[in-house]
Amino acid sequence: MSASTATAPAARNSSSYGGLAVINVERIKLFTTRSPWWCMVVAAVLTIGLSALATGFLNSEEEKQATIFITQGGAQFSQMVMMVMAALAVTTEYRFGTIRTSFQAVPQRAQMLLGKTVVVGLLAALVGLIAAFGAWFIGTLFAGSADLAIDTEAEWRLLAGRAIIFFLSAVIAVAVGILIRQSAGAIAILILWPLLVENLFNLIPKVGDDMARWSPFQNGGSFLNQGNDGGFAGPVGDASNYAMGPWWALLYFAAWAAGLMAIALFSASKRDA
Amino acid sequence: MIEAHGLTKRYGATVAVDNLSFEVKPGKVTGFLGPNGAGKSTTMRMILGLDTPTAGSVTIDGTRYRDLHRPLTKVGALLDAKWVHPNRSARAHLAWMAASNKLPKSSVDRVLEIVGLTEVAGKRAGTYSLGMSQRLGIAGALLGDPEVLLFDEPVNGLDPEGIVWIRTFMHRLAAEGRTVLVSSHLLSEMALTAEDLVVIGRGRLISQSTTQEFVDRASGTTVKVRTPQLDQLASVLHQQQLVTRIEDAEGEGKVLFVEGDLTTDQIGEAAAAHGIVLHELTMQRGSLEQAFMQMTGDSVQYHAHDEIAAVTHLDVPSNTEVAAGPKEDN
Ligand SMILES: Nc1ncnc2c1ncn2[C@@H]1O[C@H](COP(=O)(O)OP(=O)(O)O)[C@@H](O)[C@H]1O
Ligand SMILES: [Mg+2]
Repeated sequence: MSASTATAPAARNSSSYGGLAVINVERIKLFTTRSPWWCMVVAAVLTIGLSALATGFLNSEEEKQATIFITQGGAQFSQMVMMVMAALAVTTEYRFGTIRTSFQAVPQRAQMLLGKTVVVGLLAALVGLIAAFGAWFIGTLFAGSADLAIDTEAEWRLLAGRAIIFFLSAVIAVAVGILIRQSAGAIAILILWPLLVENLFNLIPKVGDDMARWSPFQNGGSFLNQGNDGGFAGPVGDASNYAMGPWWALLYFAAWAAGLMAIALFSASKRDA
Repeated sequence: MIEAHGLTKRYGATVAVDNLSFEVKPGKVTGFLGPNGAGKSTTMRMILGLDTPTAGSVTIDGTRYRDLHRPLTKVGALLDAKWVHPNRSARAHLAWMAASNKLPKSSVDRVLEIVGLTEVAGKRAGTYSLGMSQRLGIAGALLGDPEVLLFDEPVNGLDPEGIVWIRTFMHRLAAEGRTVLVSSHLLSEMALTAEDLVVIGRGRLISQSTTQEFVDRASGTTVKVRTPQLDQLASVLHQQQLVTRIEDAEGEGKVLFVEGDLTTDQIGEAAAAHGIVLHELTMQRGSLEQAFMQMTGDSVQYHAHDEIAAVTHLDVPSNTEVAAGPKEDN
């Protein structure tokens, strides 16, 4: 080849790209457009802001009864926002055709999509952590007379566990994005499923309760909430609401995420880009 | 070198590419010519492993695209200039592509310089004109300094200046020893850009030859003769050093085609001298584009009737390279 397009020197160093390359790629992709930043800020602010609202206007009687659980009311909405971001990380690639450029650059499609999942998932986890502890911290400021010390296993699970649940929710969102390939459809599923569908199961006679207990997002919530004190908001469900203990519930939720991701990766590797 | 063997792609009932075999050699620009819907883009997507062939295979120097490691260092492609995120800058777009194949950061600057986008590299790609998007796409194709380059209709919608730029650029890439495959639905454009031509219609190979041969063949004159004494006339014309071809034409039975620069007078007189009855004697001459339309149009008919015998005079059975001259009696 002539001098005009001289060969790239680093090109010869390694013959295959490892996991780090695809993670690097997805990091660049995500942070070179603005919407992921917005989603992350909105998600963190939602939980923290709703904690301020929940703890900032209590009368002294209520304030004494406030618990860590009370500060976490907005987290579900933050989770929605992060799931939307995760799904969009895939569906915008289909919308603008860059998925073809991506698969052209990395024909080992599963590798590329897993890189995306890891990056998006870890960001969601980070946001979950900031949101949960930020909301708790705001609570300690606004409801100073309440006992908000983190001193039970359930309370640690509720706060730190949020990162795991956000991570797994993002994995599910990426999987749905890969399967649906279309923003509006993917987002509709991701919002309707945890908020509406899983709750509507309760309306079905006989099997409905079981279906609700065994639905994935309920178990994600069950992992976080079991054993926590709802304070003036009343008890956080009783044993009959939960199909299994908290860590089994987490494993169950993780199995859903892994299963959906496996189907998505298989499908993306087989079908035409 | 790109090699396709019996490449076939079906989308439901649509046969987009039908048993296509061809070769693209290094060191020259090969044109991939066919009307809209002929299957050019589909073929290119299969070369890049984006679509999976229903049957057959296509390889780059013997390897399927999906088995390539760091493929951007081997094959560069511009299939659609719009395949960029509109809110991402050109530099960021090239940066992620470079990272994916572990190319150095300097390669981004290098290709931006080559296509002349250095000044505007920080702008969002969505603000680019079509010409600029096209240049960005070419920059992406060149990123890994690949030996093989694919461009799908790169001059579509460009102004004359942009068209000349791309054409010159293709020639330069080929002169550097690369394998360059450029698709187009315009024969006039390909006549200026490509040295070799792979021509397809309705997913089927119509011809693979040098552009010169194709153009000569497509624009040459042919005389069509219908006569009950076909073999007799053919041998008379052979004695006069004329090249003839007999084909089955739909609804007309066997038809004799006489090729080369000649007049109908010459054939009419030769027939009269030997007492041969003529039912039809027509001169067929068309413009380049007309001939091309006719050829590819024929292949449409060919499919519609699914009759191999219906191949008309300029159509060539698939998988056969067009010989330098017209074929004799077949
Ligand atoms: N993804 C697809 N699904 C269904 N049909 C397709 C698809 N892609 C192409 N086709 C059909 O295949 C044929 C060839 O299309 P294409 O390869 O785009 O042709 P060209 O690029 O030569 O214009 C057309 O009839 C087109 O409608
Ligand atoms: Mg096309």
